[in-house]
Amino acid sequence: MLLRFFLMGLDRKAGIVLAILAILAVAVPVMTLWVPADSPFHLSVFTVSLLGKYLCFALLALALDLVWGYCGILSLGHAAFFAIGGYAMGMYLMRQIGPRGVYGNPVLPDFMVFLNWKELPWYWLGFDHFWFAAIMVLVVPGALAFAFGWFAFRSRVTGVYLSIITQALTFALLLAFFRNDMGFGGNNGLTDFKDILGYDIQADTTRVALFVATVAALALSYMIASGVIASKLGKVLVALRDAESRVRFMGYDTESYKLFAWTLSACMAGVAGALYVPQVGIINPSEFAPASSIEAVIWVAVGGRGTLAGAILGAVLVNMGKSYFTGALPELWLFALGGLFVAVTLFLPKGLLGLGAQLKAKLPGRKTASLPNTQTANQATGQTAGQKGA
Amino acid sequence: MRRALRWLMAVCVVVATSTAAYAADLRPLVQALGSGGYSGTEKALAQLSEAGDPAAVPVIEALQAGDLYVRKADGAVVVARKAGDAFTLTDPLTRAALGEAPSTAVEKIRVNNSLRRAISASLGALTLMSPDAGVRRSAADAVFKSRDASALETLNAAIAKEQDKGVRAAMEQARAAILLTGEAASKMTDADIQSATDTLTARGDRDALVLLNMVAGSGASDVTKKLAAAAVSTLEQKLAFWAALQNLWYGLSLGSVLLLAAIGLAVTFGVMGVINMAHGEMVMIGAYTTFLVQEFFRAHAPGLFDLSILVALPAAFLVSGGVGIVIERSVIRWLYGRPLETLLATWGLSLALQQAVRSIFGPTNREVGAPSWMSGAFELGGLTITYGRLWIVVFAFAVFAALLVALKRTWFGLSIRAVTQNRPMANAMGIRTARVDALTFGLGSGIAGLAGVALSQIDNVSPNLGQGYILDSFMVVVFGGVGNLWGTLVGALTLGTMNKFLEPYAGAVLGKILVLIFIILFIQRRPRGLFALKGRAVEA
Repeated sequence: MLLRFFLMGLDRKAGIVLAILAILAVAVPVMTLWVPADSPFHLSVFTVSLLGKYLCFALLALALDLVWGYCGILSLGHAAFFAIGGYAMGMYLMRQIGPRGVYGNPVLPDFMVFLNWKELPWYWLGFDHFWFAAIMVLVVPGALAFAFGWFAFRSRVTGVYLSIITQALTFALLLAFFRNDMGFGGNNGLTDFKDILGYDIQADTTRVALFVATVAALALSYMIASGVIASKLGKVLVALRDAESRVRFMGYDTESYKLFAWTLSACMAGVAGALYVPQVGIINPSEFAPASSIEAVIWVAVGGRGTLAGAILGAVLVNMGKSYFTGALPELWLFALGGLFVAVTLFLPKGLLGLGAQLKAKLPGRKTASLPNTQTANQATGQTAGQKGA
Repeated sequence: MRRALRWLMAVCVVVATSTAAYAADLRPLVQALGSGGYSGTEKALAQLSEAGDPAAVPVIEALQAGDLYVRKADGAVVVARKAGDAFTLTDPLTRAALGEAPSTAVEKIRVNNSLRRAISASLGALTLMSPDAGVRRSAADAVFKSRDASALETLNAAIAKEQDKGVRAAMEQARAAILLTGEAASKMTDADIQSATDTLTARGDRDALVLLNMVAGSGASDVTKKLAAAAVSTLEQKLAFWAALQNLWYGLSLGSVLLLAAIGLAVTFGVMGVINMAHGEMVMIGAYTTFLVQEFFRAHAPGLFDLSILVALPAAFLVSGGVGIVIERSVIRWLYGRPLETLLATWGLSLALQQAVRSIFGPTNREVGAPSWMSGAFELGGLTITYGRLWIVVFAFAVFAALLVALKRTWFGLSIRAVTQNRPMANAMGIRTARVDALTFGLGSGIAGLAGVALSQIDNVSPNLGQGYILDSFMVVVFGGVGNLWGTLVGALTLGTMNKFLEPYAGAVLGKILVLIFIILFIQRRPRGLFALKGRAVEA
C-alpha cells in the first residue's frame, strides 16, 4: 500500500527530479573522494558542504510549497520549524562533545558552565542518544505546528491574518531563544561540534555522508509530497486552496485537511534544519528572524509556486545567487533580492517552471491549456475585472 | 578645543575677580591655618566657618585634600600641587600662580581625625549658608545622605535663615534624618519623632523609605520604631501608587509610539487592504528627511535650529508620501486583489529601499538633535515626565485626530470611503478610483513619514529603523481590527500599556513574548480583531 502511495506521485517530472538527485548522490562522493585533487572534475569539501546547504534550503522550500502552493496557506514562519529541527540536532551534537569543551565539564555544555548552571535542564535529557534527537527533530516542530494550526484553522484564521501571526510566532521564538536562561546558548547558539554518530564532523567522509543523507531526505520528502498531492487528499487540498468555503459547504472537514498538510510540512522543515546544522556547524537564534522566513517564500515563488520541482529549483538558484552576490558584490545583494521579489510577483506569477506555459498562453491562436495553478488564473481574471472597474 | 580653553580662562578670570573682594577679610584667617599645630588650625578653621564666606570653601577643600602648605621662606599659606620633583604653588584665595618651589621649601599643613571631622562639618555649614540656592539644596541632600550629626547645629541655623521653600524642606528632611538615626533620637519627645517621620514621609521617595526601614529595624525606642513602621507602610503605598502611575505613563508613551507607527498602516492596510511591508521604510525615510532638514538648518540657520522639527514635519510627509505614490503607481496597482503577492513585492521594495539608504547615507546611525523645547523633564508628583515623550504623545493624538477628520469630514475622505466600500459604484458616480488609490496610499505613507520625524527623536536613525516597527504595527492593526481607526487607537494603547505593566514582573523580553502570544491567541478568538467590521460576506 505504501508502495502504491509512492508510485502514485511518480509522474514524468518526479522522475526527472529523482534522477537528478540520484546522480548527485553518486557523482558528488566520487568526485570529492576518489577523483584526484588536480583533476578539473574534483570537488572540494567546501563545495560539497555548500551544495548540502542549498539542498537543505531546497527541502525547506519544498515543505513551504506544500502548504503555500497546494493549500493556500502562506506561512511567514516556516524558518521557525527549520530552526527548531536544527536546535534538536544541535542539542545532540552538543552532548557528543562530552568533556572536550573549553571548561572540560563532563556533564554540562560550555555555555551552561559559563552561566553557573549546576545541572542539565530536564529538556536536555535524552539528547545523548541519536535516535531520541532524530525523533525530536520530527516531533517538536510537528507538535508546535499541530498546536498552532489546530487553534488557527479551527477559528478560521486565513490569508493575510494567518501570515501575520506566523510572523508573530517566529518573532516570539526569536526573542525567546535569545534569552540566556532558556538554556539554548542565548545569542551564541550551539556550536563547536565535534562528533556525529562517533565520526569526526570535520572529516571529509563525514561531510560527504551528510550530503548524501541530505539528498536522500530531499528525495524521500519529494516522493511523500508528490504522493500526497496525487492522492485524493491532495485533490481536496487544491480544492480548498481555490475555494475553501465551497469545499466546506460540500461537507469536507477542511480544518483537518489543512492541519495534516501543515503538520507534515513542519516536520519536513524540521528535518531540513536538522541536516543543515551539522553541515554549517552552528545554530543560533538568527535563524528565527522573520526575514529568513520571508526569504524562503521567495525561493518558492521564483521556482514556481505549486510545483514541487520549482521549489527545489528556486531555492538552489536563489541561494547560489546569494553566495555569488554576497561574495562579489555585497552592496548589490539586497537590491537584487528586492528586485527579484518585485519582478517575480509582477512578471512571473507562476515562477520559472511556469514560464513555458505563460509564454505559450501568450502566443496567438492557442487556447490556454489547463494551467496547473488555477488560483492564479482565477485571481488574474478577478484582477482584470477589478482593473476594468477601476 | 580652543574655544573650550578660552571659555575656561574666562571663567577663571570671573572667579578670580569675585574672590578678590573677600580676599582681604579672609586672608588673616587663612594665614592662621598654617600656625599653631592641630589646635591652631582647628581654631582658625572654626573662625573661617563663622565668617560664613563661601570663598573659603576651596581653601578648606584644599586642606581636606592635603594640598595646603606653608612656604618656609615667608610663612605664607599656599596651595601646592606636585609637578615632577617640584611643587607648583598657587594662592589659596585668588588662585594666582606663585611659581614653583622644591619640596624642601614647603611644609604640609597636617590634619588629624578630629580636624577632619571639623573640616567636613564646616564645609557642610559653609555650603548650607551659600547664597546660591542650588548649592544649599545639594548640601542639604548631601547631609541627608551622610546623616552626619555634627552638621545638626549648622542645619538648624540654616533652616532658621532659609527663605526658599523647597530648600527649607530639603533641609528639614536632612534634619529629620539626623534626628531619627543619631543618638538624639532617645531624648526626643514623641511629638518630635512624629514630626520627623512625617517630614520623611512627605519626602516620599525611595531614599526616605530605606531610611525609615532602617529606623524601624534599629535599636531605637519602641515608640520610634512603631512610628517609623507606620510611616514605612504609608510610604510604600504611596510609592506603589506612583509606580503604577509611572507605568501607566510609560505604557501611554509606548502606546503612542505604536499608534504613530501603525496609523499609516491603518490607512494602507486597514482601509485599502494593501499589505505594505515597506511601511517601516516609509517611517525610516521620514526620519532621514528629518536628518537632512536638520543638516540644512545646522549649515544655514543654526539660530533657528529649534524650528527644524516643524519644517521637517511637512517635508517628511511630502517625501514619504511621494515615495508611496510612486510605489503604488509602479508596483502595487498591478497587484490589487492579490494580498499575498502584494506582501512579497512590498517586502522586496523594503529591502531595496533599505539598501538604497544604506548606500547613500552609510550603515551607521545618523544624529538627529532634539530642539530645546523637547529636551529636559519635569516632575509631576512622583512622576518624572520628559518633554520629548510628552510631545510625542500629544503629536500621536493630534495626527490621529487629523486623520479622523480628513476621512470623515473632507471630500477626499468621502471618496476614499466610497472607493473602498464599492469600487464600481464609486467609479460610476464619477470618482477617479485609480487616482484615489494612489492618493490614499500616499496619505498612508506620508503619515508613516510623520511618524519617522517623531521616532527620530527617540530611536537610532539607521537604515534598519523601520524593521523594528513593521511587525509591531501589523500587530496593532490586526489586534485593533482592520478597517477601523478607533480599533488602531485602542489596540496601540492596550498593547503599549500591557507591555509596560508586564515588564517589571517578566522582564522586557519575556514581556514582549507574552504580548505576542496574547495576540496570537486573541486572533484565534476574534479573527477580525477587536473592532471587526460586521458584514454578511463570505470569503472566497
